[in-house]
Amino acid sequence: MQVNAPAPTAEDIRAIVAPLASLEGPLLPMLHALQDSYGHVPQAAVPVLADMLNLGRAEVHGVISFYHDFRDAPAGRHVLKICRAEACQSMGANRLADSTLRKLGIGWHDTTRNGAVTVEPVYCLGLCACAPAAMLDDRVVGRVDDARMDKLLSEVGA
Amino acid sequence: MKIYVPMDSAAKALGADEVADAIAREAKSRGIKARIIRNGTRGMIWLEPLVEIDQGQGRVGYGPVAPEDVPALLDGKLDSLGPVEEIPFFARQTRLTFARCGVIDPLDLDDYRAHGGLAGLRRAAAMSQPDIITEVTDSGLRGRGGAGFPTGIKWKTVMEAEAPQKYIVCNADEGDSGTFADRMIMEGDPFTLIEGMAIAGLGVGATRGYVYLRSEYPDAIRVMNEAVRIARQNSVLGPDVLGSGRAFDMEIRMGAGAYVCGEETSLLNSLEGKRGVVRAKPPLPALEGFLGRPTVVNNVISLATVPVIFEKGAQNYADLGIGRSRGTVTLQIAGNVRHGGLFETGFGVTLGEIVNEIGGGTASGRPVKAVQVGGPLGAYMPADKFDTPTGYEEFDQNGGLIGHAGLVVFDDSADMLKMARFAMEFCAVESCGKCTPCRIGAVRGVETLDRIAEGDMAATELLTDLCETMKDGSLCALGGFTPLPVMSALTHFPDDFACHKEAAE
Ligand SMILES: Cc1cc2nc3c(=O)[nH]c(=O)nc-3n(C[C@H](O)[C@H](O)[C@H](O)COP(=O)(O)O)c2cc1C
Ligand code: SF4
Ligand code: FES
Repeated sequence: MQVNAPAPTAEDIRAIVAPLASLEGPLLPMLHALQDSYGHVPQAAVPVLADMLNLGRAEVHGVISFYHDFRDAPAGRHVLKICRAEACQSMGANRLADSTLRKLGIGWHDTTRNGAVTVEPVYCLGLCACAPAAMLDDRVVGRVDDARMDKLLSEVGA
Repeated sequence: MKIYVPMDSAAKALGADEVADAIAREAKSRGIKARIIRNGTRGMIWLEPLVEIDQGQGRVGYGPVAPEDVPALLDGKLDSLGPVEEIPFFARQTRLTFARCGVIDPLDLDDYRAHGGLAGLRRAAAMSQPDIITEVTDSGLRGRGGAGFPTGIKWKTVMEAEAPQKYIVCNADEGDSGTFADRMIMEGDPFTLIEGMAIAGLGVGATRGYVYLRSEYPDAIRVMNEAVRIARQNSVLGPDVLGSGRAFDMEIRMGAGAYVCGEETSLLNSLEGKRGVVRAKPPLPALEGFLGRPTVVNNVISLATVPVIFEKGAQNYADLGIGRSRGTVTLQIAGNVRHGGLFETGFGVTLGEIVNEIGGGTASGRPVKAVQVGGPLGAYMPADKFDTPTGYEEFDQNGGLIGHAGLVVFDDSADMLKMARFAMEFCAVESCGKCTPCRIGAVRGVETLDRIAEGDMAATELLTDLCETMKDGSLCALGGFTPLPVMSALTHFPDDFACHKEAAE
């Protein structure tokens, strides 16, 4: 993730999304590709995508804002998702989430002051038989207790 | 010697990668010649990481294994679970859809073939389109995504529709809490889904398919992409499927974190690159689906069950089950339960058998309070409903729904008012925004439950009315069924709603 990189130009954006233009329904793959490259969907992408796909800017913006995944600003260096759904709640997910957020001194969707980690709620990771569950970037963790959480947090320097 | 260490996400979430690394290191330092195979999971999640060792006399299980256990494991000094397939939880099952999951190397097409893979597709490729549809209809297969709609009827509609292009869309959005069967089969036996989609394509005359796979499943996405590549290389997919002269190809598409995109019309909008709002029906997706073309939308398990129906015959499948629920149900036992995991068996097993006998009661050892069946839109079933047999109609008659067959067990420490509040909160967060009773109603629902929590018992009447409005005035089941968990909590656990009043007084 290039948190401090200069804002991408229309050219940069086109280079990333152009290979996807021939897909049927290319917008979501394009948005994912941009978020992969920049850690968020840069504002500058909206007019480029609108132009390429023959859509209104408001329409493109509407799509970006509809989905929980797409960010308009970069996240921390790592993203920690804590499952809040029912199976995890049955195994103490609320307590785990509360104590994690309290330790970090932040709320849901916030990033720690040192930029190490952003904490997001997630509704089920398909790890409901080893709840409570969390995901650190792309890495899944099951039966998370305070000790395991502390280990994860120290790994990412939070 | 072969050593199996699952690469399923649940196994990884419990340390399977570290165990596999430790085995590789230890085996190398001892000069042991061992082949490490990363299989899917057998579904006994409480035993993960479940390592299996095959020294030529069958597969013996060990688990849960920690990296520090590895030296003892290779010394033969670790206590074993015995032959894996004799573990009672596994031995009691009838595995059809999941027959290969946990057994084979998920990305080894030869291994897949050696275990019955592609036999169904080969048979279908020699059949006429109507015969393919008849086979599915005769099997009695109903949609496993939630609604239980007969798969054969859906396919017939698409087959009979005239269009220059038709599509097979696999719904792999699996957003329901307590469900992981889709993830497990995609990670553990991806070719079976590909084969099922190819049979669907041949049956209805669709040459293109998509799997809409939720972004919360990065491992499944990786495995599926790799499997599609391998299938293409081996002409399981492509212009000439298994030499049949008929074409079918497919792509994996990633969702973007919206629960409502599991609803089929919202999913189609999302796949087209639009906001995932729900479409009014009609038109049915079967007639005007993806890009306005006739489209089969089926759940992962529905499609992944098709190969075994063609391999063993429709009758073989239809012979299992009860009433109008034929074949097997792929139960996902989750939450506060001792033996959580995937359990495939003929429809008919009762809720109580699942929770107490198969699941072994709660993980905490405390009494079971409630079981939410069918995800966040499913009812909280109390213990006095435990004689309900698994069957679509049977659950309906008992005020519940089977949905995607996930069960979340709660012990007596659960506060059902809080669970009801969560159901409303979830609906408010995930509503697509199209209808007022859902969008606004869910927010009101949260407020009303907060009032009840503060001791305002009159608010329960308000809650009941609100639930009626949501039920009647919502376009899809998100708004329409959120009242089910809420009202079942209120009906079956009134004390949790009343005690707050006493506490407040
Ligand atoms: C809010 C909502 C979420 C849904 N989520 C899913 C899902 O994650 N997976 C799924 O297969 N079906 C889901 N469904 C059901 C689908 O709309 C549809 O019935 C299903 O994909 C049809 O496939 P089937 O007949 O094979 O079950 C959902 C429905 C609603 C209303
Ligand atoms: S019930 Fe809710 S989610 Fe469903 S269409 Fe209406 S607003 Fe959208
Ligand atoms: S409910 Fe948390 S992983 Fe499924």
